[in-house]
Amino acid sequence: MDNINLALAVVFQLCQSLLVVALAPLLTGWVGQCRAWLQNRSGPGLLQPYRTLHKLFLKEALLADNASPLFRATPYILFGCMWLAAAIIPIIAVDLPFSQAADVIALVGVFALARVFIALAAMDIGTSFGSMGARREMLVSFLAEPALLMVFFTSSLISQSTQLPHIVETFSHHAFVLYPSLAFASIAFLMILLAENARIPVDNPATHLELTMIHEAMILEYSARHLALIEWASSLKLFAYMTIGFALFFPYGIAEVGNWGALPLAIVALLLKLTAAGAGLAGLEAMLAKMRIFRVPEFLGTAFLLAVLGLLIHFLLGA
Amino acid sequence: MDEISILPIDVVGGVILLWIALGLFGLALYRHKSLICNVVFPFGAALSLLLAATGLWALGESADIAVLPLGLPDLPLHLRLDPLSAFFLILLGAASFGVSLYSAGYFKSMKGRVLGLLCLEYHLFLASMALVLLADDAYMFMVAWESMALSSYFLVTTDHKIPDIRRAGFLYLLIAHVGAISILLSFGVMQAGHGIAAYTFDAMRANSLSSFWSSLAFLLALFGFGAKAGVLPMHVWLPEAHPAAPSPVSALMSGVMLKTAIYGLIRITFDLLDVHLWWWGVLVLALGLLTAIFGVMFAAVQGDMKRLLAYSSIENIGLLLVGIGLVIIFHVYGKNALAALALTATLYHSINHAFFKSLLFIGTGSILHATGERNMGHLGGLIRRMPWVAATLLIGVLSIAGLPPFNGFISEWLLLQAFLLSPGLPNSHINMLIPVAAAVIALAAALAAYVMVKFYGIIFLGQYREPGLEHAHDAGGWERAGLVWLAAGCVALGLAPVYVVQKLDMVTKMLLGQGLGNSTSGWLFIAPVDIERASYSPVYFLLAVVGVMLVTAWVVHRYYHGRVRRVPAWDCGFPAQNGRMQDTAEGFGQPIRRLFEPFFKIEREVPSPFDAQPRYHGQTDDQIWFFLYLPIKQLTVRLSAWTSLIQHGRIHVYLLYTFVTLIVLLAFV
Amino acid sequence: MSLTLSTQIINLLAAILLLIAFAMISQRRILSLINLFALQGLILTVSTCVVAYSTAQHHLYYSAALTLLLKVLMLPWLLHRLIRKLNIKWDVETLINIPTTMLAGIALVIFSFDLAAPISQLTDSVTRGLIGIALASVLLSLLMMLTRRKAVSQVVGFLSLENGLFFAATSATHGMPLVVELGIALDVLVATFIFGIFFFQIRETFDSLDISHMETLKDD
Repeated sequence: MDNINLALAVVFQLCQSLLVVALAPLLTGWVGQCRAWLQNRSGPGLLQPYRTLHKLFLKEALLADNASPLFRATPYILFGCMWLAAAIIPIIAVDLPFSQAADVIALVGVFALARVFIALAAMDIGTSFGSMGARREMLVSFLAEPALLMVFFTSSLISQSTQLPHIVETFSHHAFVLYPSLAFASIAFLMILLAENARIPVDNPATHLELTMIHEAMILEYSARHLALIEWASSLKLFAYMTIGFALFFPYGIAEVGNWGALPLAIVALLLKLTAAGAGLAGLEAMLAKMRIFRVPEFLGTAFLLAVLGLLIHFLLGA
Repeated sequence: MDEISILPIDVVGGVILLWIALGLFGLALYRHKSLICNVVFPFGAALSLLLAATGLWALGESADIAVLPLGLPDLPLHLRLDPLSAFFLILLGAASFGVSLYSAGYFKSMKGRVLGLLCLEYHLFLASMALVLLADDAYMFMVAWESMALSSYFLVTTDHKIPDIRRAGFLYLLIAHVGAISILLSFGVMQAGHGIAAYTFDAMRANSLSSFWSSLAFLLALFGFGAKAGVLPMHVWLPEAHPAAPSPVSALMSGVMLKTAIYGLIRITFDLLDVHLWWWGVLVLALGLLTAIFGVMFAAVQGDMKRLLAYSSIENIGLLLVGIGLVIIFHVYGKNALAALALTATLYHSINHAFFKSLLFIGTGSILHATGERNMGHLGGLIRRMPWVAATLLIGVLSIAGLPPFNGFISEWLLLQAFLLSPGLPNSHINMLIPVAAAVIALAAALAAYVMVKFYGIIFLGQYREPGLEHAHDAGGWERAGLVWLAAGCVALGLAPVYVVQKLDMVTKMLLGQGLGNSTSGWLFIAPVDIERASYSPVYFLLAVVGVMLVTAWVVHRYYHGRVRRVPAWDCGFPAQNGRMQDTAEGFGQPIRRLFEPFFKIEREVPSPFDAQPRYHGQTDDQIWFFLYLPIKQLTVRLSAWTSLIQHGRIHVYLLYTFVTLIVLLAFV
Repeated sequence: MSLTLSTQIINLLAAILLLIAFAMISQRRILSLINLFALQGLILTVSTCVVAYSTAQHHLYYSAALTLLLKVLMLPWLLHRLIRKLNIKWDVETLINIPTTMLAGIALVIFSFDLAAPISQLTDSVTRGLIGIALASVLLSLLMMLTRRKAVSQVVGFLSLENGLFFAATSATHGMPLVVELGIALDVLVATFIFGIFFFQIRETFDSLDISHMETLKDD
């Protein structure tokens, strides 16, 4: 009986992972499409990211003369980390077997691991843009990472667990309760999401060769399949962050393991939520202006302090 | 039953004696350099391994006690090997095994006489650290503590011909002694005036002091051990002495010697004192937080690779203090399960730090030998010339940055879990401190990642910044062995947390009467409190990442292709790219310097745009040195000036002083 | 959770109020500052209504309506008009950089909760913590007035300070007598007018609204 449950859970896990890997570029495409509409362009279509990936995979990879093995391994490490992150988060079902292997602190660790590797790879070729990008990425992350951890802490304290499935269960399956601390956490999380996914007030994913670029500066030397994997990992990261947001602040419609009947509903709920969140993100990006790079620490410092404040409010109000 | 049973403490004693003998042997044989390098140091390393194994054996046993027929009248030397000592002996043995192996290769280039002396000092240093951990009376402890300080002082000043190194050594010796006096006074308070026999630790355990005297003893001990560990504001010697010492010595000092101070603090607080007050915990916690954030902030702006590591050691000592502070707070409020969790995190982090910091320091030693350069701004691209050092140091860097699945992550994970479980303390002030403290810890950990990306990226990646670097050579055989051992330790400690936590339970049971345990049966998952609350499995984690990487690589190569062409770097089409255009260490740390500007004392000379030969000069200094130490120094100088008023140089005047003193004493006493 | 829905809503609104206070501290633009002030008024209106509904005190509806009229519509409109006339749309210059101010703000929050703890013990469990939040937002508004250079943002700080007091009054003690509220509302309105007149005077004297110019008055 136990074995059957475990097998079922593993099947759920695999389904979810494959679904996420397949859907992630679609989300990026949708955000891009919404942005295009908001800017009065017709847009490249929802499937553009898939076409780009396919094209990149077909190309011959160009490597700089002095690229070390670290540079070549990094896209795979990045992809592995992001896939792992997506496997931890309860996206369509709770109680995934893998989420016991890594809790929210480990999730922050996964993102940090990926970030350290991409920053190191950026410095590997030794171009001035590369090290500039690495420096800025680390600047963004050293404030965003503790902020994310504090957001997780707030919800962990409420649900008495650092495991995402338990957090989701607490929030979705118990009586409806309003948590003031989560108001702070959600604003902080939104700011972190924008910064960590290279979205507009901090960075612009749609363009490079800007002097204020961050993410693009790091991956300038990548081409072909390596670039494809990095792009795919970026889509996965955006997907992961959005689903973390759903899990923490809007966890309704996620199925329980073994409940096959709830699965279609869960997928529909997920798609609806992603559609709305993607459009919202595009709208936000259309409304905001890009910040000067000196203002970024201020923006993230604010996010960090808001997250701490949320934690503090939890301790003070007890909710 | 005729055979004499050997106890762990006998083995440890034997190791200590053999170390001393090895040192003397090395001094006597200073003409035979290869003998010292290829026999003495490796043999010392083997003894280290034996020590670690013995420690592991002693961890499960009850405490062994030995009384040596030496020492003061009425106070023979007492030795004791209990789980706490055993744990720190494991740390000492395991870390020094790698460092000694490495030293066998590293010191090869030294002159014979210097090498002989160094061999003696090195092994005395190891022996005295082991004795500190074994001591069971104040006298023995202080003797071992002082010989540890002295031997390390001589090791720091190995290159004593350089004035800066002499100055660094003096500063170290001065602060070490101020600390030692404070520790001695602390023992004096705990002995409570019961005569010389009461200087044994057993007598101190039996004493129950009032809360005032306990607090006094605790504060003195905190100051004394803090001076040794580099706690703010007694940290100033650390970034001076560590870069001055030869790299293996820096590795031992940072990886192991700082931990003896942590050991001393734990020993006095939880073993010798029986009263605990909540504000001790808050004080230690606050000091730890300040130290951690201060250390990592300064590490981010350093240009010298060994100074960077020294500041990072300050940060890690801060984290350890935070752990100890939490233990005290939980212990005072009777939450011993949580105290056990925090203590486990602290001890785990101690051994982790011993491994990765020793690894990084000896790695910088290899770089120093290969390039003769300590300034990171003159390095770069070494991953292509020094693959062994680069690969092992990558593990060290990922570990110290607290990234899964390596060891640094686990201790941080445990520490954060301790914070997450803390609500429900009856004191509302502490309840408000806790989230702020957790935030500071998270910030320090994230900044550590920044620092380590800088460290690794500037040294190993990119293009060569100076022309000579193309001829850098990789580490030799012995050096590789040391590097690989320490790197393997980082991985093993990261992958087998359940085993380590089980071993640590022996220590927490001894000190707090409660172990952490593991609520799951398997060795794959660590779940400190409850599987429902938190669990982590580094093995699955690693397997998943590596598995996905391999599958992805296979799929990509199978369904598309694996063609690669080597071309010059693109860099947005800019052709005249050279090594000097990369970020220097200072450039990489610039955002941090800008953000935390008020905390630094910055001196900069920026060249004018029309300068034909522009020179840039920048220096970032410690404000505390100017606010705290210079006034103390000036005060000392002024006091000395006053004292010199009564100094005349004429013998009659001195005799007069003696005469007056005698009269006064006779009159009043 | 044993708390009723209305209590939860009030707690949430209190948190949002604090959030707005922090947003005001971290906001550089005067226009957004005024919009945030209007939002603060709106939250105040809603919370007053919730308190009125849950405690069935009907006079609170009047004060909610008064808040809506005065603080959400009239004062922001006045301020908007003012800055349009004075033609100041540029960024607000701060004396201390924003993260440092936020850090000070967090310290203030801890301090005010510490201060409010004994008072909270006296009231029923429903309003525990609310007094702390109200006190914190009062102090935060003061902090904002301290750290800003431009006179307009100081007026906004003053008005939001009054908001904090009003929130404390409605949530903790279920409102003041209507006469008092009317009086305060009138005071605030008049104060705003007077401030407006002052602004014109300041600008005519110094050609700027930067209050650091006022230091030159000392020498006369």
